[in-house]
Amino acid sequence: MTYAIEISDVTKRYGSLQALGGVSLCVEPGEFFGLLGPNGAGKTTLISILAGLVRPDSGTARIMGHDVGVDYRAARHALGVVPQELVFDPFFTVREALTIQSGYFGLRDNRAWIDEVIENLDLADKADTNMRALSGGMKRRVLVAQALVHKPPVIVLDEPTAGVDVELRQALWRFIRRLNRDGHTIVLTTHYLEEAEALCGRVAMLKQGRIVTLDTTENLLRLHSGCYVGLRLGGALPAALEPLVAQRQDDGAIRLALPDYAEVERVMAALREAGVAVLEMEIMQPDLEEIFVQIMRKA
Amino acid sequence: MTGFYTLFYKEWLRFWKVSVQTVLAPVLTALLYLLVFGHALRGRVEVFPGVDYIAFLAPGLAMMSVLQNSFANASSSLMQSKMTGNIVFVLLPPLSHREFFLAYLLAAMARGVVVGAGVLLATLWFTEVSVVHPWWVLLFGVCGSAVMGALGIVAGIHSDKIDQLAAFTNFIILPLTFLSGVFYSIQSLPAFWQAASHLNPVFYMIDGFRYGFFGASDTSPWLSLAIVGGSFIALSWLTLGLLKSGYKLRQ
Repeated sequence: MTYAIEISDVTKRYGSLQALGGVSLCVEPGEFFGLLGPNGAGKTTLISILAGLVRPDSGTARIMGHDVGVDYRAARHALGVVPQELVFDPFFTVREALTIQSGYFGLRDNRAWIDEVIENLDLADKADTNMRALSGGMKRRVLVAQALVHKPPVIVLDEPTAGVDVELRQALWRFIRRLNRDGHTIVLTTHYLEEAEALCGRVAMLKQGRIVTLDTTENLLRLHSGCYVGLRLGGALPAALEPLVAQRQDDGAIRLALPDYAEVERVMAALREAGVAVLEMEIMQPDLEEIFVQIMRKA
Repeated sequence: MTGFYTLFYKEWLRFWKVSVQTVLAPVLTALLYLLVFGHALRGRVEVFPGVDYIAFLAPGLAMMSVLQNSFANASSSLMQSKMTGNIVFVLLPPLSHREFFLAYLLAAMARGVVVGAGVLLATLWFTEVSVVHPWWVLLFGVCGSAVMGALGIVAGIHSDKIDQLAAFTNFIILPLTFLSGVFYSIQSLPAFWQAASHLNPVFYMIDGFRYGFFGASDTSPWLSLAIVGGSFIALSWLTLGLLKSGYKLRQ
């Protein structure tokens, strides 16, 4: 089978900084894949290698089976990238920018698709406005549109919702989900983990240029099956429970981290034994964000 | 082909949309030179027998404008794209390094030739311009703009900051074009500076271009053509090599 993205043992060093230290990763066609990690983890470097903007020191990267170096034309035809930086060409209107971008990909008359993209990204009333005059959110939409002009089977979005308002974020995700349903492979980097949790079928977590976790979102949530218990007590916390404390707030609220649900019973028993009254209690499921923090701490 | 043509068209639009700045302004500058130097030196300098100084000056100024503007177009376009980051729009698509080179080069040549033609047209108000060998004029106009366009691409790719590009322009391009015999015939210079002028490739561009107008020149137009053509081949080879290696564009 041909992978949508196939990265084998890619390394990249900038001076003394090892940006990527041997990353291997495969994404299947039609996946919605999340690339997560703190700033400086190497996400953007990895994407830039896929896009041909950065050349790896060693290792190979393929898009739909095409090597990004040797067979760069086919690889770039198959890839649409929404860059992280809010870049634009101040000489052109939205429609001109999209028509020019189509031309770079060898498409002479692409009006019907450009109109559809403009419509779907709510850019219709700005289509003839100069790029310079657009707000940040609008510029972001144009960047997405530019990445889609050639209908690439693989679409990579590098933090597309950074600094974007709620309305656009929702419109953007509706559109990207639709593209994914239509068969496009989506790779997403984001710092909003609830976004990744809601959208991505699989995620890779990067730290200091290495993949520390690679699994389905479902598995990650299931394997980290512990829970949190938030308590407000009428007395002091029994000493036996001290090791479980994850957080203590100034207002007296305590958060305990339990390795699994069965432990709730033990907590209750310890409280009963010590005769401490429970004023408030809340049991919380960990979300992807908690799991991310745990994994990053351990890695 | 569509990719290359689009990039060329985009580069054409980029200067054409701001043609007051990119075409009209350099034409005006050349006219100011013509007025000031023409007034100051008219009747005092006769370079070619029977040729009025303003008539002598006009083709040189036109060629100087061709060269400076070809360089400026390629270098400033690439520089600005790199600074603002929108260079990614041309790096992400499947354009080859040859397409990239040709598109930027032809757009640079187009601006140079448009400005040069503008200068010549404007000088018709002040003096009669006769053309003895129009094909030589065209040939040197095209070759000269190609050399400077290629040099502009190299400078634009190499420079990381505006002041680096400004240094390139002010310390290399301006002296080379000013000391190339635009305002004088190098025959009037002391022997040492005559010899030095022969080391300046821009001298051959101006001299060959001027030969097309007057049928007279300091050096044989064939030698000039060989040197200008050789410079272009060497520079193209260098530029294509840089682009292929991804120098400063693809890390």
